[in-house]
Amino acid sequence: MLPEWSILLVSALYVGLLFGIAYFADKLGDRGRSLVNNPYVYTLSIAVYCTAWTFYGSVGLATQSGMAFLTIYLGPTLMAALWWLVLRKIVRISKLYRITSIADFIASRYGKSMALGGLAAVIAVIGITPYIALQLQAVSSSFDVLLYFPDVEAMETPRGVWDDKALYVAVLLAAFAILFGTRHIDATERLEGMVVAVAFESVVKLVAFLSAGIFVTFWLFNGFSDLFARAASHEAIQSLGLLHEIPGGYGAWLTLTILSAFAIIFLPRQWQVTVVENVNEDHIRTASWLFPLYLLAINLFVLPIALAGMTAFGPEMSPDNYVLALPLAEGHGALGLLIYIGGFSAATGMVIVATIALAIMVSNDLVVPILLRKQALSPSVDLSRLIVNIRRLLICCILLLGYLYYLLIADAYALVSIGLISFVAVAQFAPPILAGMFWKGASRAGALAGLSAGFLFWLYTLLLPSLAETGILGQGFIAHGPGGIEWLRPYGLFGITGMDPITHAFFWTMLVNAGLLWGISMFSRRGDMERIQAALFVDVFLRSERDARFWQGTATVGDLQELLGRFIGNEQASRIIYEHAETRGDRLADTEQARPELVHHVERVLAGSIGSASARVMVSSIVKGEALSFEGVMEILDATSRTIEYSRRLEQKSKELEQATQELRAANERLKELDHLKDEFVSMVSHELRTPLTSIRAFGEILLNNPEMDTAQRQQFLDVVVRESERLTRLINQVLDLSKIESGSAEWQLADVDMDRIGREAVEATRQIFSEGKTELRIEGGAGDATVKGDPDRLMQLAINLLSNAAKFSDPDHGRVRLRVDDGPGDTVQLAVTDNGPGIGESDRQRIFEKFHQVSDLQAGKPKGSGLGLAICRLIAEAHWGTIWVESEPGEGSTFICRLPRAGGEHCDLTAHVDFSGWR
Amino acid sequence: MSQEILIVDDEANIVLSLEFLMKQAGFQVRTAEDGEQALEAMEDHPPDLVLLDVMMPRKNGYEVCEEIRRRPEWAGLPVVMLTAKGRDVEREKGLALGADDYITKPFSTQEVVDKVKEILRDRQGGG
Amino acid sequence: MNSLAERLIALAAAGVVLFNYPILSAFAVDGTIAGAPVLYLYLFTAWAALILLVALALRRNGRGGRGG
Repeated sequence: MLPEWSILLVSALYVGLLFGIAYFADKLGDRGRSLVNNPYVYTLSIAVYCTAWTFYGSVGLATQSGMAFLTIYLGPTLMAALWWLVLRKIVRISKLYRITSIADFIASRYGKSMALGGLAAVIAVIGITPYIALQLQAVSSSFDVLLYFPDVEAMETPRGVWDDKALYVAVLLAAFAILFGTRHIDATERLEGMVVAVAFESVVKLVAFLSAGIFVTFWLFNGFSDLFARAASHEAIQSLGLLHEIPGGYGAWLTLTILSAFAIIFLPRQWQVTVVENVNEDHIRTASWLFPLYLLAINLFVLPIALAGMTAFGPEMSPDNYVLALPLAEGHGALGLLIYIGGFSAATGMVIVATIALAIMVSNDLVVPILLRKQALSPSVDLSRLIVNIRRLLICCILLLGYLYYLLIADAYALVSIGLISFVAVAQFAPPILAGMFWKGASRAGALAGLSAGFLFWLYTLLLPSLAETGILGQGFIAHGPGGIEWLRPYGLFGITGMDPITHAFFWTMLVNAGLLWGISMFSRRGDMERIQAALFVDVFLRSERDARFWQGTATVGDLQELLGRFIGNEQASRIIYEHAETRGDRLADTEQARPELVHHVERVLAGSIGSASARVMVSSIVKGEALSFEGVMEILDATSRTIEYSRRLEQKSKELEQATQELRAANERLKELDHLKDEFVSMVSHELRTPLTSIRAFGEILLNNPEMDTAQRQQFLDVVVRESERLTRLINQVLDLSKIESGSAEWQLADVDMDRIGREAVEATRQIFSEGKTELRIEGGAGDATVKGDPDRLMQLAINLLSNAAKFSDPDHGRVRLRVDDGPGDTVQLAVTDNGPGIGESDRQRIFEKFHQVSDLQAGKPKGSGLGLAICRLIAEAHWGTIWVESEPGEGSTFICRLPRAGGEHCDLTAHVDFSGWR
Repeated sequence: MSQEILIVDDEANIVLSLEFLMKQAGFQVRTAEDGEQALEAMEDHPPDLVLLDVMMPRKNGYEVCEEIRRRPEWAGLPVVMLTAKGRDVEREKGLALGADDYITKPFSTQEVVDKVKEILRDRQGGG
Repeated sequence: MNSLAERLIALAAAGVVLFNYPILSAFAVDGTIAGAPVLYLYLFTAWAALILLVALALRRNGRGGRGG
């Protein structure tokens, strides 16, 4: 449909643009104006996770198992939430010890083990090859769709090697990887051009996929609801339950989530962009949420596109091609081209980063160690050039391997199935790395056994069957096991069936991998180097760069410089050694003994170029004398970590001190306040005692000095003296009561108390006060059970206080007081005392229960309250888990209501829950 | 014409006793039971001396004393404060506000009468 | 610092619970809300909420949380 030359031209232009961007970014970086020191570029480069699998394959998967395609992105989202804890530690370790790859990380952690590094590199290459093949296949088939649509048959026809676009793509990518991936021999130096190009590709694929999604949803259909409504009536969609079921089952769902959570860290390309290319640990903060957001955006339209494709095309169209085919079917060639470029960018980004990461890994952890061991390197060889060339060769080999695998399995598999095989392979790195970071006890023997066994199980349960299904191996061994041994069937190992192949393989590989790692670590003896490395890795946040000084050795500065020079060039080597001496303030002559710090520094620099295991071998070859013993190193390490720990504790202490000071200050404030309140209380009591005393004394003296006073007046004055004396007595009693209750020294009884009876008895006891005046006292209510838990004497005091209060303030001439006991809301009993006095203004209703608060507008001539009666009522009510308040309108009388919980509720100790000390 | 004393206190019994004492000492007496009433009573014509309680509803003794000292027409009007708050701080506060003397409750009847007489005599003697 | 770690672990755990059986099965039902299938809507909404919370957790501690 589109002419072939135009597709080729656009592809070529795009690749040209990519080269340009990478070149430009490298130049900027060289001039110190780095583009990669930016959390957004970092995040976009992590989006290299979204490959052709995402771009084409997710749609394919969605047509079979509905929303299950999302697990591949939910897993990374969950892991991203933990990045600040896990990834940051990996980054810190890798930077500190110049670790350049997953293989190097594992090798270094387990005592700089060459065997482990080599094994990990092999697993990575074999594991990722299918994944690279997947990308090539996707590019090739998207090209064909673009070219031949709508001739489905032509699309699916295999072509000869020279006619296959995948080959040319592979060659172009190899060129890119070589140009921008092998600029430096030191693999810890950042590949800025590559990172920026990949970040750019992430933008392109997102824009392209969103365009496709918006086109399908809003152009072909009238938005989401229209699309979903029409899909819901489609037969295949209905029968598969794509809209509302999890066709693969929840087990597979969980497996895929975990697998992809591991993949986001342990895929070599992810490791490359998240760990090796990390400029600043703080960028992880942004990436932890922004990257999942990117995933969310790119997945929004996957299901709509899948559904639209199913309604538009028959079974002869591969669902992986829907994204491209939908706009083409509507005649939108330009949009098709944009989408093709998006898929192309998704595929190329992955291939570029993966090949570079693998090439560095294989060169540092497999090839160089072998060369060094074979002593194949004569001193005259320029090692730095050699290593760079090895990496270039490796890039070509890895791409070739991917291409061969692609030829082998071409079109036999859906994209996603191929990708998942790789996911299970890299998941093998999870146990040794995660255990190695958080558990010092993980040993080399355990890691080696676990990793080997996991890898073998992976080969047997996934890779071999995938090859068998292409027809290279006999199909029979899948169905019946090798030689007809049923329990060795690769998809039903040991007779366990019922899982899909991926879940099955994941289960077995993880079981043997983690199981052996744990089991053997428990029982193996660890060497000094292993223990040192374990301590360095697990406690990385306690260490500084200067820590790891293993060398007691006697190497001369000249030797070290020469060694370094062989790998990274003489000029560079002398610069590094000079700079190191500079920062330490040392002046180094060639013949002088190098300090242990310098030896260690050289080893670290070498590790960046040739891997940690090889670096160690090289350095030990020129250092005469032993490396420090384990004890020696641990002593140094402990000393530093103790210092760090100490300063940390100091910091902690000073924080605690600060807090204690704060608390003290607050307590002091509180004390001052209490003191003030106490002062106030004493002053109030004094005032209240002095007032009646004043009248008593004054009239006493008047009577004494005026013996001839007339009888009526004498009578009046004596009456005052008596009444004021009573008032004084009452006041003293109440102050004593109050202080007893407040101090908790009042002896409380806890009994079942019938409030009805209390009410009646209180009325009897106060009858005299009422009969003196003209106040009528009535008692109401009294039906039903009114039992509460409490102290009968105190409750009686409460009722009497309320009644006498009412007696004082009810209408002087036509006073009416009414006591009523009835049910309150919930499980409570209420005692209410109503008077027809002047009522209480709103501002006084709260404060009336405070000590010595007296309502301001009292009628003159009436005896006043002591100001304590209601305060005591409140204390008693609260001590009985109850509340007391007053309802009143000025001029309408007032009702004092005490509400207490009914007996049988969950009460506890009487005094314990009322904090009297704070009540003032 | 005998001199007039204004007695201000919210405790009726204390007013009663002071009233008796002052009358017995030959003064005319007016009474008020809170600060506002006291000020109203003085608007009409000022008394010769005010016996002023501190703790009262609606305008306490301090406020009344301040008000008296602010008004020029009442300058020189003697104020004797009566209070049941016995602390030195309060005494000083009263004196600082311009009270002429400060009597703590419960008081000796003799002392009150003597003090009132003494202040009024000084006033007359002084001008 | 520790509380940040605890918060992040709690969020990841919440994610595991939200995106798996049995809670997931409660949303794997026939029907639509505002035209979108319940399952589709649930997954994307919960996902977005989780992302937001992680962003908030890492933002709030914004400065000075480094090195340890």
